[in-house]
Amino acid sequence: MSGALSWYESTARQRLAGLLDQDSFVEFVGPEQRETSPHLPLFDLPAQFDDGMIVGQGRLEGTQVLVAAQEGRFMGGAFGEVHGAKLTGLLRAARELRSTPVLILFDTGGVRLQEANAGELAIAEIMRALLEARLTGVPVVGLIGGRAGCYGGGGLIAGCCSALAVSEQGRISVSGPEVIETNRGVEEFDSKDRALVWRTMGGKHRRLIGGAEIFADDSMASFRAAALSLLHHVPPFTAKTLEAEQARLEQRIARFGRCEDAVDVWTLLGAPDALSVPAMAYADFVVLADQLETSHHDAR
Amino acid sequence: MEQLNYHHTARSRAKGSRQQAIVGVVASGDLEVLVERTLPDGECEVDIRTSVTGFGDVWRAVVADFVQLRSPGGLKLSVNDGGARPDMVSLRLAQAVRAVAGDRP
Amino acid sequence: MMLAEILSSLFPNGHDVVLEHGLLFGSGTRPRGAAIVIGVDGRAAVGVDEAAWLSRKVLEALRAGGTDPILVLVDSDSQRMSKRDELLGLSEFLAHLAKCLIYADAQGHSTVGLLYGHTAAGAFIATALATRTLLALPGADPAVMDLPSMARVTKLSIEVLKDKAKSTPVFAPGLENLAQTGGVSQILDPRASLAAQLETALTAMAAGAPARASDTRDLLGKERHGRPKAADIAMRVHELALAAR
Repeated sequence: MSGALSWYESTARQRLAGLLDQDSFVEFVGPEQRETSPHLPLFDLPAQFDDGMIVGQGRLEGTQVLVAAQEGRFMGGAFGEVHGAKLTGLLRAARELRSTPVLILFDTGGVRLQEANAGELAIAEIMRALLEARLTGVPVVGLIGGRAGCYGGGGLIAGCCSALAVSEQGRISVSGPEVIETNRGVEEFDSKDRALVWRTMGGKHRRLIGGAEIFADDSMASFRAAALSLLHHVPPFTAKTLEAEQARLEQRIARFGRCEDAVDVWTLLGAPDALSVPAMAYADFVVLADQLETSHHDAR
Repeated sequence: MEQLNYHHTARSRAKGSRQQAIVGVVASGDLEVLVERTLPDGECEVDIRTSVTGFGDVWRAVVADFVQLRSPGGLKLSVNDGGARPDMVSLRLAQAVRAVAGDRP
Repeated sequence: MMLAEILSSLFPNGHDVVLEHGLLFGSGTRPRGAAIVIGVDGRAAVGVDEAAWLSRKVLEALRAGGTDPILVLVDSDSQRMSKRDELLGLSEFLAHLAKCLIYADAQGHSTVGLLYGHTAAGAFIATALATRTLLALPGADPAVMDLPSMARVTKLSIEVLKDKAKSTPVFAPGLENLAQTGGVSQILDPRASLAAQLETALTAMAAGAPARASDTRDLLGKERHGRPKAADIAMRVHELALAAR
């Protein structure tokens, strides 16, 4: 029954409880340590004891995993100094352990502005530690489906993962809709047009254009299955991988670089009725996505 | 930011064996409650940090009602408040006691 | 310093770096070998096209073998903010560029960033912050986000933000702040030879080679009192994770 719980509606702790084997989770630098942000008080903002990032270890169908989960409802899940450092430390340990895969449950608007420089540097440090872990053979899998999406630096970290699972509710982007509109005008991007936001940045589009490996349903069970699947099917990270990714990304520009909208992309991909994609139910969409994929790529 | 602290005596020890639990999120209209079983059985402490100042009387009343109703002996409850209404505060405090009792949510 | 002057000072014995649509590529002669140069000039925005072009150059350098250092010169805008770039998956392109640089560094091509102008947000992360050692020239102005935008998002006035910025380097734009928080390793002397200063940096990096896997920016931020908690928190989590095995 708990497998049906909504990933989107859950807190980070609820997601970990729903994802991992019962009672297997051990937290590192948990809330009782009270390692709160040293910077939020300057802005008279309330702190959270875990600074919105929960890290630890647990089991997934018996397999030991290191996990990190962002709380998207605290400060928009944004990266602050302590928040980011927890994930950096986890990934550095993964690099040394070599044998334990990492799951990152993204739910973030990007850098926390009140600690912008610390957040930005944390993201750079996380990316370095993540890639160094991958270089020793550690799979790092990202799960995206929370309220804050996976924006800004979070999107860049996600792009460094071995593989990603994203749900319909998930969004992956560098600039957020409001930022694009503020900088370039509403004609360029109407941030209030939810359908546009989801077509451009949402889980379905990311799955179809190759930005994510698995499209998950908005449930604990679906993300659990996706995580299990991705953890065990991850190719090594080599120069060959990077060359393949370069080719994949260049081909993407060549194929879709003149598309005005995601609907044009999906049509070019071969979707019989691109306009119906947003409303497609989960199971039907998964079938379509598998049909449209020209080849599975080991290029991330 | 305001910090409020209330000490109470409690009728009885809060049930269960768990040493620690946490409920809630510091979001608008919500709060987190970290509960630790660190006090003698007949005592209870509620420590609150909130950026909404001037509601000491309300907090005092909510906490007093909570202690009276739930008898959280031995518990220290630490709150980070995101601007929650009293009924939400009462809910989270009650959830915290149930969580540290080991009750499945 | 202008780009041409910077390149001459970096490579007094010659270079063939060319500028194409705001992007730089080439190589420069060093006392003991060469350096591969890529970069962004003229405050150009980094979108999917620019990122793919730059990462291609890094991969070409990798394919060619050897261990020439890769110098990343940066005077950029933020990432390109457009519907098209996000539609095409800009996050993947920027991540890929960072990956190529970090991978190249792991393969023995020491990566050095030289910030000489502006940079911001996603472009900053994918270029300057993806190098092992980030140097800067005085006058460079890195930012996560400009203050007016920050004011809009945080709903605090620019005056209030500027006032708060007096007591902490942790959020406001500027070279001093990015140095104090550990992001920028060193601010160079524009009156002295950049070639000599580059060699000093490269020698220090080579000397630290066994520790190639360690990113010391958080420690630097702690030393400089810019990031009081990051290094310790990362270390604690790291140790707990190892102990839990």
